[in-house]
Amino acid sequence: MTVAVVDYGMGNLGSVLRALEDLGTRPEIVATPERLTEAERIILPGVGNFAVAMERLNALGLVGPLRSSVEAGRPLLGICLGMQLLASRGEEGGSSPGLALVPGDIVRIDPREGERVPHIGWNEVHETGSGHALFTGIPSGTDFYFVHSFQFRPETLDDALAVTDYAGGLVSVVGRGHVTGVQFHPEKSSRAGRRMLGNWLMS
Amino acid sequence: MLKVRVIPTLLLREVGLVKGAGFDSWRAVGTPLQAVKVYNRRDVDELVLLDIGATPAGAGPDFDMIGTLARESMVPMTIGGGVASIEHFRRALQVGADKVAINSAAFRTPELIDRAADQCGSQAVVVSIDYRVEADGSRMTYIGCGTERTGWTVVDWAREAEQRGAGEILLCEIDRDGTLGGYDLTGIQSVAQAVSIPVVASGGARDYADMVSAIRSGADAVAAGALYLFTQSTPGEAKRHMADAGIAVRLAPGS
Repeated sequence: MTVAVVDYGMGNLGSVLRALEDLGTRPEIVATPERLTEAERIILPGVGNFAVAMERLNALGLVGPLRSSVEAGRPLLGICLGMQLLASRGEEGGSSPGLALVPGDIVRIDPREGERVPHIGWNEVHETGSGHALFTGIPSGTDFYFVHSFQFRPETLDDALAVTDYAGGLVSVVGRGHVTGVQFHPEKSSRAGRRMLGNWLMS
Repeated sequence: MLKVRVIPTLLLREVGLVKGAGFDSWRAVGTPLQAVKVYNRRDVDELVLLDIGATPAGAGPDFDMIGTLARESMVPMTIGGGVASIEHFRRALQVGADKVAINSAAFRTPELIDRAADQCGSQAVVVSIDYRVEADGSRMTYIGCGTERTGWTVVDWAREAEQRGAGEILLCEIDRDGTLGGYDLTGIQSVAQAVSIPVVASGGARDYADMVSAIRSGADAVAAGALYLFTQSTPGEAKRHMADAGIAVRLAPGS
């Protein structure tokens, strides 16, 4: 199976690649529209600034191909900033449009008393429904590793597959059709993270 | 609930010496690579990797080694030592670091904090602060591996770093580091109260009870090096002890 890992210059691909290799796939680093449209599955990783990330995706000509791949039914997984880019809009670095694959906004985390921003560390991921393939073999409430200052506010809660208790409750997994986004880093979340990536590859 | 993090610190000065003596790079990273593998098995929360020889030697980060170690690590890794430019920053993240710690360079060129936060996101920018408790009881920031006194109190510098966009403070009291003498709880408390970004306590961890005290003083994470190297203590046991003390930790199977 070919899994494209999109390289648009926004950080850390190594761990994602290593995790995918461990899971028996041959990941390909992809930075061109041609290669992207050939992939069976696409992972959009990334850390950093929303507006900068969209600029880079646009400059590389990847926005259209990402959307058409999804329309063609190919599974897309966004990780961390990659998850946020799935939204309609982001307010980091000025308001800018996202990929608009999962309707919603990216807003700065508004911490409650005693909470800090960035939200850094291991926190529990609670499935909102039950039985989603992504969570096979992963008990609801398992800890995953987060590191972010902005959060995804989906327009409809139907797109929120999991939530995490921080800042009054933040959406940690979004999903709509073949598009999935995880706010945490499965590739840095030890065994549970490997399991989740494996589930996504099988889904 | 967000868990308190228990973080082993790996210091790499010795490796640099070995490499200088002419070992090839694979051999040179052999020891830290083993350590990363062991910590993977133990399922630690995070790793901090500091090349403490890099800044004094005027060398930049060893990106090959960072890449090798980060690729192996199944948990997040903060790297530091010799990071002096936005290019260093970007490359470290590119080869697989999750967070990059800057210390001396952040002080010499504070705009580096702003630029790194702008381009890489605050969450990747760790400002590592070394300080000493002076004879008069003040807590002053030092750079250059503790060789150069700055004239800034640790609280003022932590606030400045936060304002410029740091996402985390790695706080180390120089004279306690490596001594197993106990964290500087007063310093941890004053910095944790002064900033709203996470604070990682480092330098001097005595035992598990000391880690509990550091968390109760306001730290969001406890880092330790010598404690795990020179005693029978393990991160897993530390977490069980902290859980018994009522602190939320991630208790992984097999840790």
